[in-house]
Amino acid sequence: MGRRAAAIVGLTEWKPQRRWDEPMFGLDALARLGAELVEDSGLDKSDIDGFAIVGVPEAPVLAPSAVAEHLGMRSRFNERVDLGGATPAGMVWRAAAAIEMGVCQAVLVLCPAIPPPPQGREGSQGREGPKGRDGPKTSSRPIYMGGDAWGSPQAQFEVPAGLVGATPSYAMIARLYMDTYGLDEETLAKIAVESRYNAQANPDAIFHGRPITLQEVMASPMIADPLKLLEVVMPCFGGGAVLVASAELARRGRHRPALISGFGEEMTHRSLTSMPDLLDSPISGAAARAFEMAGATPSAMDTAQIYDCYTITVLRSLEDAGFCRRGEGGAFVREHDFRYDGDFPLNTNGGQLGFGQAGIAGGLTHVIEAVRQIQGRAGGRQLRRCDRAFVNGNGGMMSEQVSLVLEGA
Amino acid sequence: MVRLARDGRSIPDPTPVTAPFFEAALDGRLVLQTCSRDGPFFYPRGRCPHCWGADWRWTDASGRGTIYSFTIDRLGHDPAQKDLAPFVIAIVTLEEGPRAVAQIVDCPFEEVRTGMPVEAVFDIFQPADGGEPVPVLRFRPRA
Repeated sequence: MGRRAAAIVGLTEWKPQRRWDEPMFGLDALARLGAELVEDSGLDKSDIDGFAIVGVPEAPVLAPSAVAEHLGMRSRFNERVDLGGATPAGMVWRAAAAIEMGVCQAVLVLCPAIPPPPQGREGSQGREGPKGRDGPKTSSRPIYMGGDAWGSPQAQFEVPAGLVGATPSYAMIARLYMDTYGLDEETLAKIAVESRYNAQANPDAIFHGRPITLQEVMASPMIADPLKLLEVVMPCFGGGAVLVASAELARRGRHRPALISGFGEEMTHRSLTSMPDLLDSPISGAAARAFEMAGATPSAMDTAQIYDCYTITVLRSLEDAGFCRRGEGGAFVREHDFRYDGDFPLNTNGGQLGFGQAGIAGGLTHVIEAVRQIQGRAGGRQLRRCDRAFVNGNGGMMSEQVSLVLEGA
Repeated sequence: MVRLARDGRSIPDPTPVTAPFFEAALDGRLVLQTCSRDGPFFYPRGRCPHCWGADWRWTDASGRGTIYSFTIDRLGHDPAQKDLAPFVIAIVTLEEGPRAVAQIVDCPFEEVRTGMPVEAVFDIFQPADGGEPVPVLRFRPRA
């Protein structure tokens, strides 16, 4: 028996796209997501008294008050969350905790992932500083993830080494894992193949209609050894949102409530260099507390929806969350079938590897799919029985970790 | 904003706290902060990450370490080093305990291994902003 105070009662998810042709301001995107949540959940706008956001392009500071104003809310819970890929899962438990404390009763979890509005002066491609005789003196790019700020350890000790973006860091986790436990590259590739299989049962997936084989993954170009192109998520645009409401309000909703039964969050590092042990992430603490709070064990889960920016992330997360022991992840991947019709249904909507990684909404797609399965709304990939789901959100270089246990009411 | 060298690559921009590290590196010496209570730590910062105290001093490190893990960056994920790819990025465990990340030089890619003994060297670059030369940490194989 876990917490039963709050539940996810509604969801909406925009189809991911490589190009986003509909110009939209960030504040309007939030209002549209809100309207879709009201429609989906069956609750009224007047029931909603809180929200969680990442940020708003049109309001770089004081963003929450801009949201309350633009959405016409008198809001009691106004949260901005900064956990990278773990942000959406982090928003969900913060909302649940606030609801249980009586701070508020229904919270919008809003994750639009659209390009900045047109005519903006701030390009999304980054910028170069003033040019000297020998070319530009400085450079700022989104791929630095803020690590180019003056005085940041990344700018001084990581960027000059070339440790930029996430792929080289996850590649080093994979390399150490292979050399420590004897994992072969085909085992990792199997994760990508099964994610794509699941995407074939999801018409919204970016890779719907494009299954892949183990041979194709193995033959795809090496990006950062040992990770290959087809083991890396496809960045795209999109967005999504969920509505978290008190258990009492949830009973008025249109769908089976997905109770937020347990949760945990943990972090130790931003950069991989400072990760205490590359083969033991903070998931171990976050997941252990989530399961303990839920009064459940990994074996009691009907599905696992696990943040999958790379194949290696899935294998390591399964170990640290307790689905198998450390060092046994390779055997676990080989011995289980992760397809929606397999013995261990994982990332049943295709995961981000098959569905696409729509910016900050990438982490939300795992939450949304868990709720769909619990609510019986997963269409052709619906599990026969799904009462409990484990969700993990992962940010940065296996840095920010948030685990959730969801349970159908 | 990442600081760039005259050849366009990203280089460090020392701060008052980290300047002693880069000054020593210009002499070819790898130095670490050592806390009187908790021992050496890296990267440089104002306070010991273990006790949060300021009772630390700069100490010479041996420069020796072993490769903890590594990757060959085929794309050059740093836009300012794209033209230099492919290169090997490694996290090295120093003899003194802390870890540092750097590129591996003077070694064919196919010979780089986890656990490989390496030693610190510094490449010196001229900043595009006309400032003093800036050292960048590298590691190369050692016998």
